[in-house]
Amino acid sequence: MTLRAVIASLIGAGVLVFTITGVVAQSPTERAIDDADLKSGYDFQSEDTRALQDDDFANPGFLWVDKGAALFSEKAGKNDRACTTCHTDTVRSIKGAAARYPSVDEKTGQLINIEQRINLCRERHQQAEPLSYESEDLLAMTAYVAHQSRGQPFNAKTDGTAQSHFEAGRDYYYARKGQMNLACHHCHEWNWGQMLRGDRLSQGHGNGYPAYRFEWQTIGSLHRRLRNCDKGVRAEPLPFGAQEYVDLELYLAWRASRLTLETPSVRR
Amino acid sequence: MTVRLSVPQSAKRGDVIEIKTLISHQMESGFRRDAFGEVIPRDILKEFRCVYDGQTVFRAELFPAISANPFITFHTVATVSGELEFVWTDQNGVVTRETASIEVT
Ligand code: HEC
Ligand code: HEC
Repeated sequence: MTLRAVIASLIGAGVLVFTITGVVAQSPTERAIDDADLKSGYDFQSEDTRALQDDDFANPGFLWVDKGAALFSEKAGKNDRACTTCHTDTVRSIKGAAARYPSVDEKTGQLINIEQRINLCRERHQQAEPLSYESEDLLAMTAYVAHQSRGQPFNAKTDGTAQSHFEAGRDYYYARKGQMNLACHHCHEWNWGQMLRGDRLSQGHGNGYPAYRFEWQTIGSLHRRLRNCDKGVRAEPLPFGAQEYVDLELYLAWRASRLTLETPSVRR
Repeated sequence: MTVRLSVPQSAKRGDVIEIKTLISHQMESGFRRDAFGEVIPRDILKEFRCVYDGQTVFRAELFPAISANPFITFHTVATVSGELEFVWTDQNGVVTRETASIEVT
Protein backbone atom coordinates (compact mmCIF):
# COMPACT_ATOMS: atom_id res chain seq x y z
CA MET A 1 0.00 0.00 0.00
CA THR A 2 1.38 3.44 -0.81
CA LEU A 3 1.68 5.97 1.96
CA ARG A 4 -1.01 8.09 0.36
CA ALA A 5 -3.38 5.12 0.47
CA VAL A 6 -2.42 4.47 4.08
CA ILE A 7 -3.12 8.05 5.01
CA ALA A 8 -6.41 8.01 3.09
CA SER A 9 -7.49 4.89 4.93
CA LEU A 10 -6.35 6.38 8.23
CA ILE A 11 -8.53 9.39 7.65
CA GLY A 12 -11.39 7.11 6.62
CA ALA A 13 -10.97 4.93 9.68
CA GLY A 14 -10.69 7.78 12.17
CA VAL A 15 -12.58 5.99 14.94
CA LEU A 16 -10.51 2.85 14.76
CA VAL A 17 -7.25 4.80 14.74
CA PHE A 18 -8.38 6.85 17.69
CA THR A 19 -8.81 3.66 19.71
CA ILE A 20 -5.39 2.39 18.76
CA THR A 21 -3.61 5.64 19.66
CA GLY A 22 -5.43 5.64 22.98
CA VAL A 23 -3.85 2.32 23.81
CA VAL A 24 -0.35 3.33 22.72
CA ALA A 25 -0.46 6.55 24.70
CA GLN A 26 -1.01 4.76 27.98
CA SER A 27 2.35 3.12 28.19
CA PRO A 28 5.29 5.38 29.05
CA THR A 29 7.67 2.51 29.77
CA GLU A 30 7.35 0.64 26.50
CA ARG A 31 8.70 2.01 23.27
CA ALA A 32 6.70 1.52 20.10
CA ILE A 33 9.81 0.64 18.08
CA ASP A 34 11.83 -2.36 19.25
CA ASP A 35 15.45 -1.65 20.10
CA ALA A 36 16.49 -4.07 17.35
CA ASP A 37 14.62 -1.97 14.75
CA LEU A 38 15.81 1.43 15.96
CA LYS A 39 17.38 3.51 13.21
CA SER A 40 18.77 7.00 13.11
CA GLY A 41 17.61 9.40 10.39
CA TYR A 42 21.09 8.86 8.97
CA ASP A 43 20.11 5.37 7.81
CA PHE A 44 17.35 6.80 5.63
CA GLN A 45 19.59 9.26 3.76
CA SER A 46 21.16 8.62 0.35
CA GLU A 47 24.68 7.27 0.12
CA ASP A 48 26.03 10.71 -0.89
CA THR A 49 24.36 12.45 2.02
CA ARG A 50 25.70 9.88 4.47
CA ALA A 51 29.18 10.26 3.00
CA LEU A 52 29.00 14.02 3.55
CA GLN A 53 27.96 13.56 7.17
CA ASP A 54 30.79 11.07 7.70
CA ASP A 55 33.43 13.51 6.45
CA ASP A 56 34.31 15.79 9.35
CA PHE A 57 35.96 18.23 7.00
CA ALA A 58 33.40 18.55 4.21
CA ASN A 59 30.28 18.29 6.41
CA PRO A 60 29.05 21.91 6.22
CA GLY A 61 27.58 21.65 9.72
CA PHE A 62 31.12 22.00 11.03
CA LEU A 63 31.17 25.63 9.89
CA TRP A 64 28.76 26.25 12.79
CA VAL A 65 30.60 23.93 15.18
CA ASP A 66 33.79 25.91 14.48
CA LYS A 67 32.02 29.21 14.88
CA GLY A 68 30.46 27.98 18.12
CA ALA A 69 33.88 26.96 19.43
CA ALA A 70 35.16 30.49 18.77
CA LEU A 71 32.13 32.09 20.46
CA PHE A 72 32.53 29.75 23.43
CA SER A 73 35.84 31.35 24.34
CA GLU A 74 34.81 34.93 23.51
CA LYS A 75 33.97 37.26 26.37
CA ALA A 76 30.41 38.57 26.43
CA GLY A 77 28.06 40.55 28.66
CA LYS A 78 28.48 42.93 31.57
CA ASN A 79 30.52 40.43 33.60
CA ASP A 80 33.10 40.23 30.84
CA ARG A 81 33.24 36.45 31.04
CA ALA A 82 33.52 33.80 28.36
CA CYS A 83 31.88 30.39 28.55
CA THR A 84 35.40 29.04 29.02
CA THR A 85 35.77 31.11 32.20
CA CYS A 86 33.53 28.54 33.90
CA HIS A 87 33.50 25.55 31.53
CA THR A 88 36.78 23.81 30.73
CA ASP A 89 37.66 20.20 30.04
CA THR A 90 38.11 19.55 33.74
CA VAL A 91 35.84 22.08 35.43
CA ARG A 92 32.12 21.89 34.70
CA SER A 93 32.89 20.23 31.39
CA ILE A 94 30.09 20.40 28.84
CA LYS A 95 31.13 17.04 27.38
CA GLY A 96 28.06 14.82 27.44
CA ALA A 97 25.83 17.64 28.70
CA ALA A 98 23.58 17.83 25.62
CA ALA A 99 22.77 14.10 25.97
CA ARG A 100 21.11 14.89 29.32
CA TYR A 101 18.78 17.51 27.82
CA PRO A 102 16.01 18.61 27.97
CA SER A 103 16.44 18.85 31.70
CA VAL A 104 14.77 20.63 34.61
CA ASP A 105 16.62 23.74 35.73
CA GLU A 106 16.88 23.54 39.49
CA LYS A 107 16.51 27.26 40.13
CA THR A 108 13.35 27.84 38.10
CA GLY A 109 11.88 24.33 38.04
CA GLN A 110 11.35 24.65 34.27
CA LEU A 111 12.15 22.02 31.68
CA ILE A 112 14.65 23.59 29.29
CA ASN A 113 16.47 22.41 26.19
CA ILE A 114 20.11 22.99 25.35
CA GLU A 115 19.44 26.27 23.48
CA GLN A 116 17.63 27.59 26.54
CA ARG A 117 20.44 26.42 28.86
CA ILE A 118 22.96 28.36 26.76
CA ASN A 119 20.78 31.46 26.95
CA LEU A 120 20.26 30.98 30.69
CA CYS A 121 24.03 30.91 31.18
CA ARG A 122 24.29 34.08 29.14
CA GLU A 123 21.71 35.86 31.27
CA ARG A 124 22.58 34.38 34.64
CA HIS A 125 26.34 34.08 34.47
CA GLN A 126 27.46 36.55 31.81
CA GLN A 127 24.77 39.21 32.19
CA ALA A 128 24.42 39.14 28.44
CA GLU A 129 21.30 39.36 26.29
CA PRO A 130 19.82 36.00 25.33
CA LEU A 131 20.42 35.09 21.68
CA SER A 132 17.31 34.80 19.57
CA TYR A 133 16.21 31.36 18.56
CA GLU A 134 17.50 30.30 15.12
CA SER A 135 20.03 33.17 15.06
CA GLU A 136 23.40 32.22 13.57
CA ASP A 137 25.12 32.61 16.94
CA LEU A 138 22.69 30.45 18.89
CA LEU A 139 22.78 27.77 16.17
CA ALA A 140 26.58 27.85 16.27
CA MET A 141 26.78 27.58 20.08
CA THR A 142 24.17 24.82 20.12
CA ALA A 143 25.95 22.88 17.36
CA TYR A 144 29.22 23.20 19.26
CA VAL A 145 27.75 22.16 22.62
CA ALA A 146 25.74 19.25 21.13
CA HIS A 147 28.79 18.09 19.16
CA GLN A 148 30.57 17.61 22.51
CA SER A 149 28.10 14.75 23.11
CA ARG A 150 28.52 13.09 19.73
CA GLY A 151 28.56 9.31 20.09
CA GLN A 152 26.69 9.32 23.40
CA PRO A 153 23.12 8.05 23.84
CA PHE A 154 20.46 10.33 25.30
CA ASN A 155 19.93 9.82 29.01
CA ALA A 156 17.60 12.66 29.92
CA LYS A 157 15.67 12.21 33.15
CA THR A 158 12.00 11.43 32.55
CA ASP A 159 10.88 10.87 36.14
CA GLY A 160 10.57 13.10 39.21
CA THR A 161 10.15 16.76 38.30
CA ALA A 162 10.47 15.87 34.59
CA GLN A 163 7.62 13.38 34.55
CA SER A 164 4.74 15.74 33.83
CA HIS A 165 6.75 17.21 30.94
CA PHE A 166 7.48 13.75 29.62
CA GLU A 167 3.78 12.93 29.67
CA ALA A 168 2.84 16.21 27.99
CA GLY A 169 5.44 15.45 25.29
CA ARG A 170 4.06 11.98 24.75
CA ASP A 171 0.53 13.35 24.49
CA TYR A 172 1.68 15.86 21.87
CA TYR A 173 3.37 13.04 19.98
CA TYR A 174 0.18 10.99 19.75
CA ALA A 175 -2.28 13.85 19.19
CA ARG A 176 -3.82 14.22 15.75
CA LYS A 177 -3.65 17.69 14.36
CA GLY A 178 -3.88 19.92 11.33
CA GLN A 179 -6.10 19.74 8.27
CA MET A 180 -4.68 16.28 7.60
CA ASN A 181 -5.58 15.14 11.09
CA LEU A 182 -2.33 13.20 11.51
CA ALA A 183 -0.15 12.59 14.55
CA CYS A 184 3.62 12.08 14.65
CA HIS A 185 3.38 8.31 14.97
CA HIS A 186 1.30 7.91 11.81
CA CYS A 187 4.38 8.84 9.84
CA HIS A 188 7.31 7.98 12.09
CA GLU A 189 6.11 4.76 13.75
CA TRP A 190 3.67 3.26 11.28
CA ASN A 191 5.27 4.25 8.01
CA TRP A 192 9.00 4.64 8.46
CA GLY A 193 10.91 3.31 5.49
CA GLN A 194 8.15 4.35 3.04
CA MET A 195 8.48 7.21 0.59
CA LEU A 196 6.60 10.44 1.24
CA ARG A 197 7.07 12.59 -1.88
CA GLY A 198 10.85 13.02 -2.12
CA ASP A 199 11.65 11.80 1.39
CA ARG A 200 12.11 8.36 2.80
CA LEU A 201 10.31 8.57 6.14
CA SER A 202 12.59 8.02 9.09
CA GLN A 203 11.60 7.14 12.63
CA GLY A 204 11.70 10.87 13.45
CA HIS A 205 14.50 10.96 16.01
CA GLY A 206 16.12 14.21 17.13
CA ASN A 207 19.63 12.84 17.63
CA GLY A 208 21.23 14.74 14.73
CA TYR A 209 20.23 18.30 15.59
CA PRO A 210 21.13 21.03 14.90
CA ALA A 211 21.34 19.47 11.44
CA TYR A 212 22.53 20.80 8.10
CA ARG A 213 19.64 20.39 5.72
CA PHE A 214 20.00 20.79 1.95
CA GLU A 215 16.48 22.11 1.62
CA TRP A 216 17.35 24.86 4.09
CA GLN A 217 20.82 25.40 2.64
CA THR A 218 21.91 25.95 6.21
CA ILE A 219 21.89 24.41 9.66
CA GLY A 220 18.65 24.40 11.64
CA SER A 221 17.42 23.54 15.11
CA LEU A 222 15.21 20.63 16.09
CA HIS A 223 12.38 23.11 16.61
CA ARG A 224 12.70 24.22 13.00
CA ARG A 225 12.31 20.57 11.96
CA LEU A 226 9.29 20.13 14.28
CA ARG A 227 7.70 23.26 12.85
CA ASN A 228 8.18 21.75 9.38
CA CYS A 229 6.45 18.52 10.46
CA ASP A 230 3.55 20.47 11.96
CA LYS A 231 3.26 22.56 8.79
CA GLY A 232 3.43 19.33 6.77
CA VAL A 233 0.12 18.19 8.24
CA ARG A 234 -1.21 21.75 7.79
CA ALA A 235 -1.29 22.45 11.50
CA GLU A 236 -0.32 25.83 12.95
CA PRO A 237 3.36 25.46 13.92
CA LEU A 238 4.27 26.53 17.46
CA PRO A 239 6.77 29.35 18.06
CA PHE A 240 10.46 28.49 18.40
CA GLY A 241 11.24 27.54 21.99
CA ALA A 242 7.58 26.76 22.84
CA GLN A 243 7.22 24.73 26.04
CA GLU A 244 5.17 22.11 24.13
CA TYR A 245 8.14 21.52 21.81
CA VAL A 246 10.59 21.28 24.72
CA ASP A 247 8.31 18.71 26.36
CA LEU A 248 8.10 16.90 23.03
CA GLU A 249 11.91 16.96 22.80
CA LEU A 250 12.05 15.07 26.08
CA TYR A 251 9.70 12.43 24.73
CA LEU A 252 11.80 12.20 21.54
CA ALA A 253 14.99 11.82 23.58
CA TRP A 254 13.40 8.94 25.48
CA ARG A 255 12.03 7.18 22.41
CA ALA A 256 15.45 7.45 20.69
CA SER A 257 16.62 5.00 23.38
CA ARG A 258 20.18 3.80 22.65
CA LEU A 259 20.67 5.91 19.47
CA THR A 260 23.65 8.20 19.86
CA LEU A 261 23.94 11.92 19.15
CA GLU A 262 25.30 12.77 15.69
CA THR A 263 25.46 16.55 15.69
CA PRO A 264 26.08 17.99 13.17
CA SER A 265 24.14 15.60 10.95
CA VAL A 266 23.36 16.15 7.27
CA ARG A 267 19.83 15.72 5.97
CA ARG A 268 18.10 16.10 2.61
CA MET B 1 32.51 34.33 7.38
CA THR B 2 33.76 31.00 8.70
CA VAL B 3 36.42 29.24 6.65
CA ARG B 4 37.73 25.66 6.90
CA LEU B 5 40.97 24.70 5.18
CA SER B 6 42.64 21.35 4.73
CA VAL B 7 46.26 21.69 3.56
CA PRO B 8 48.97 19.12 4.33
CA GLN B 9 51.45 20.48 6.89
CA SER B 10 54.36 19.04 4.98
CA ALA B 11 55.14 17.44 1.61
CA LYS B 12 58.07 16.39 -0.57
CA ARG B 13 59.03 18.70 -3.43
CA GLY B 14 57.11 17.61 -6.51
CA ASP B 15 54.34 15.86 -4.56
CA VAL B 16 50.79 16.38 -5.77
CA ILE B 17 48.88 17.67 -2.76
CA GLU B 18 45.14 17.81 -2.17
CA ILE B 19 43.65 21.02 -0.86
CA LYS B 20 40.13 21.36 0.47
CA THR B 21 38.26 24.56 1.32
CA LEU B 22 34.85 25.30 2.79
CA ILE B 23 33.38 28.75 3.44
CA SER B 24 30.11 29.85 5.00
CA HIS B 25 28.11 31.92 2.52
CA GLN B 26 24.40 31.92 1.75
CA MET B 27 24.89 32.13 -2.06
CA GLU B 28 21.47 33.75 -2.43
CA SER B 29 20.67 33.18 -6.09
CA GLY B 30 18.56 36.27 -6.78
CA PHE B 31 15.81 34.08 -8.24
CA ARG B 32 13.89 33.39 -5.05
CA ARG B 33 11.01 35.43 -3.67
CA ASP B 34 10.13 36.10 -0.04
CA ALA B 35 6.74 35.60 1.64
CA PHE B 36 5.54 38.95 0.22
CA GLY B 37 6.47 38.02 -3.35
CA GLU B 38 9.46 40.38 -3.44
CA VAL B 39 12.63 39.14 -5.12
CA ILE B 40 15.36 38.37 -2.57
CA PRO B 41 18.40 40.24 -3.89
CA ARG B 42 21.28 38.19 -5.24
CA ASP B 43 24.20 37.85 -2.84
CA ILE B 44 26.90 35.48 -4.04
CA LEU B 45 30.62 34.89 -4.07
CA LYS B 46 31.96 35.55 -7.56
CA GLU B 47 35.50 34.28 -7.42
CA PHE B 48 37.82 32.00 -5.54
CA ARG B 49 41.58 31.84 -5.98
CA CYS B 50 44.57 30.20 -4.38
CA VAL B 51 47.93 31.92 -4.54
CA TYR B 52 51.09 29.93 -3.80
CA ASP B 53 54.64 31.22 -4.16
CA GLY B 54 53.39 34.36 -5.91
CA GLN B 55 51.38 32.47 -8.50
CA THR B 56 47.68 31.78 -8.83
CA VAL B 57 47.65 27.99 -8.85
CA PHE B 58 43.87 27.63 -8.88
CA ARG B 59 41.01 29.94 -9.75
CA ALA B 60 37.27 29.41 -10.00
CA GLU B 61 34.36 31.61 -11.01
CA LEU B 62 31.19 31.10 -9.00
CA PHE B 63 27.61 31.50 -10.25
CA PRO B 64 24.09 31.71 -8.74
CA ALA B 65 23.47 27.98 -9.21
CA ILE B 66 26.22 27.05 -6.76
CA SER B 67 24.91 25.86 -3.38
CA ALA B 68 25.32 27.74 -0.13
CA ASN B 69 28.61 27.25 1.72
CA PRO B 70 30.76 26.37 -1.32
CA PHE B 71 33.11 23.43 -0.90
CA ILE B 72 36.03 23.60 -3.34
CA THR B 73 38.73 20.99 -3.56
CA PHE B 74 41.67 20.84 -5.97
CA HIS B 75 45.23 19.59 -6.39
CA THR B 76 48.51 21.40 -6.87
CA VAL B 77 52.21 20.53 -6.83
CA ALA B 78 54.30 21.23 -3.71
CA THR B 79 57.18 23.50 -4.81
CA VAL B 80 58.49 25.60 -1.90
CA SER B 81 57.91 26.00 1.82
CA GLY B 82 55.71 28.97 2.59
CA GLU B 83 52.17 30.22 2.63
CA LEU B 84 49.19 29.42 0.51
CA GLU B 85 46.71 32.24 0.34
CA PHE B 86 43.01 31.62 -0.25
CA VAL B 87 40.86 34.51 -1.46
CA TRP B 88 37.09 34.62 -1.91
CA THR B 89 35.60 37.74 -3.53
CA ASP B 90 31.88 38.46 -3.44
CA GLN B 91 29.78 40.31 -6.03
CA ASN B 92 30.47 43.64 -4.32
CA GLY B 93 34.21 43.12 -4.22
CA VAL B 94 34.30 42.24 -0.51
CA VAL B 95 37.22 39.93 0.10
CA THR B 96 37.69 37.08 2.61
CA ARG B 97 41.27 35.92 3.01
CA GLU B 98 42.83 32.98 4.84
CA THR B 99 46.29 31.48 4.77
CA ALA B 100 47.85 28.12 5.56
CA SER B 101 51.51 27.21 5.60
CA ILE B 102 53.26 24.18 4.19
CA GLU B 103 56.74 22.78 4.79
CA VAL B 104 58.33 21.38 1.60
CA THR B 105 61.44 19.20 1.90
C1 HEC C 1 2.96 13.47 7.20
C2 HEC C 1 4.07 12.77 7.78
C3 HEC C 1 4.77 13.37 8.99
C4 HEC C 1 4.20 13.63 10.21
C5 HEC C 1 2.77 13.47 10.65
C6 HEC C 1 5.31 14.08 11.04
N1 HEC C 1 6.47 14.09 10.34
FE1 HEC C 1 8.32 14.30 11.11
N2 HEC C 1 9.11 14.11 9.28
C7 HEC C 1 8.41 13.86 8.13
C8 HEC C 1 9.31 13.84 7.00
C9 HEC C 1 8.92 13.63 5.55
C10 HEC C 1 10.60 14.09 7.53
C11 HEC C 1 11.92 14.16 6.75
C12 HEC C 1 12.40 12.77 6.43
C13 HEC C 1 12.55 11.95 7.67
O1 HEC C 1 13.59 12.08 8.37
O2 HEC C 1 11.59 11.24 8.04
C14 HEC C 1 10.44 14.22 8.96
C15 HEC C 1 11.48 14.40 9.84
C16 HEC C 1 11.36 14.44 11.20
C17 HEC C 1 12.46 14.53 12.13
C18 HEC C 1 13.94 14.62 11.78
C19 HEC C 1 14.56 13.25 11.60
C20 HEC C 1 15.98 13.33 11.19
O3 HEC C 1 16.71 12.36 11.48
O4 HEC C 1 16.42 14.33 10.63
C21 HEC C 1 11.94 14.57 13.39
C22 HEC C 1 12.70 14.69 14.68
C23 HEC C 1 10.50 14.51 13.24
N3 HEC C 1 10.18 14.41 11.90
C24 HEC C 1 9.61 14.54 14.28
C25 HEC C 1 8.24 14.60 14.11
C26 HEC C 1 7.32 14.84 15.20
C27 HEC C 1 7.71 15.01 16.65
C28 HEC C 1 6.08 14.86 14.65
C29 HEC C 1 4.75 15.17 15.34
C30 HEC C 1 4.68 16.52 15.90
C31 HEC C 1 6.22 14.60 13.23
N4 HEC C 1 7.54 14.48 12.94
C32 HEC C 1 5.16 14.45 12.35
C33 HEC C 1 7.06 13.60 8.03
C34 HEC C 1 6.17 13.68 9.08
C1 HEC D 1 30.12 32.32 35.59
C2 HEC D 1 30.19 30.95 35.20
C3 HEC D 1 29.50 30.49 33.91
C4 HEC D 1 29.59 31.03 32.65
C5 HEC D 1 30.34 32.27 32.21
C6 HEC D 1 28.86 30.13 31.79
N1 HEC D 1 28.31 29.11 32.50
FE1 HEC D 1 27.32 27.50 31.78
N2 HEC D 1 26.97 26.86 33.65
C7 HEC D 1 27.39 27.47 34.81
C8 HEC D 1 26.74 26.86 35.95
C9 HEC D 1 26.93 27.27 37.40
C10 HEC D 1 25.91 25.83 35.44
C11 HEC D 1 24.92 24.94 36.20
C12 HEC D 1 23.54 25.48 36.07
C13 HEC D 1 23.36 26.80 36.80
O1 HEC D 1 23.53 26.80 38.04
O2 HEC D 1 23.11 27.81 36.14
C14 HEC D 1 26.10 25.85 33.98
C15 HEC D 1 25.50 24.96 33.11
C16 HEC D 1 25.77 24.90 31.75
C17 HEC D 1 25.38 23.83 30.87
C18 HEC D 1 24.65 22.58 31.28
C19 HEC D 1 25.62 21.60 31.88
C20 HEC D 1 24.93 20.36 32.35
O3 HEC D 1 25.64 19.39 32.59
O4 HEC D 1 23.70 20.36 32.52
C21 HEC D 1 25.78 24.17 29.61
C22 HEC D 1 25.59 23.36 28.33
C23 HEC D 1 26.43 25.46 29.71
N3 HEC D 1 26.42 25.87 31.02
C24 HEC D 1 26.92 26.17 28.64
C25 HEC D 1 27.43 27.45 28.74
C26 HEC D 1 27.73 28.30 27.60
C27 HEC D 1 27.52 27.92 26.14
C28 HEC D 1 28.22 29.47 28.11
C29 HEC D 1 28.65 30.72 27.34
C30 HEC D 1 27.60 31.32 26.54
C31 HEC D 1 28.24 29.35 29.57
N4 HEC D 1 27.73 28.13 29.91
C32 HEC D 1 28.70 30.32 30.42
C33 HEC D 1 28.30 28.50 34.87
C34 HEC D 1 28.68 29.30 33.82
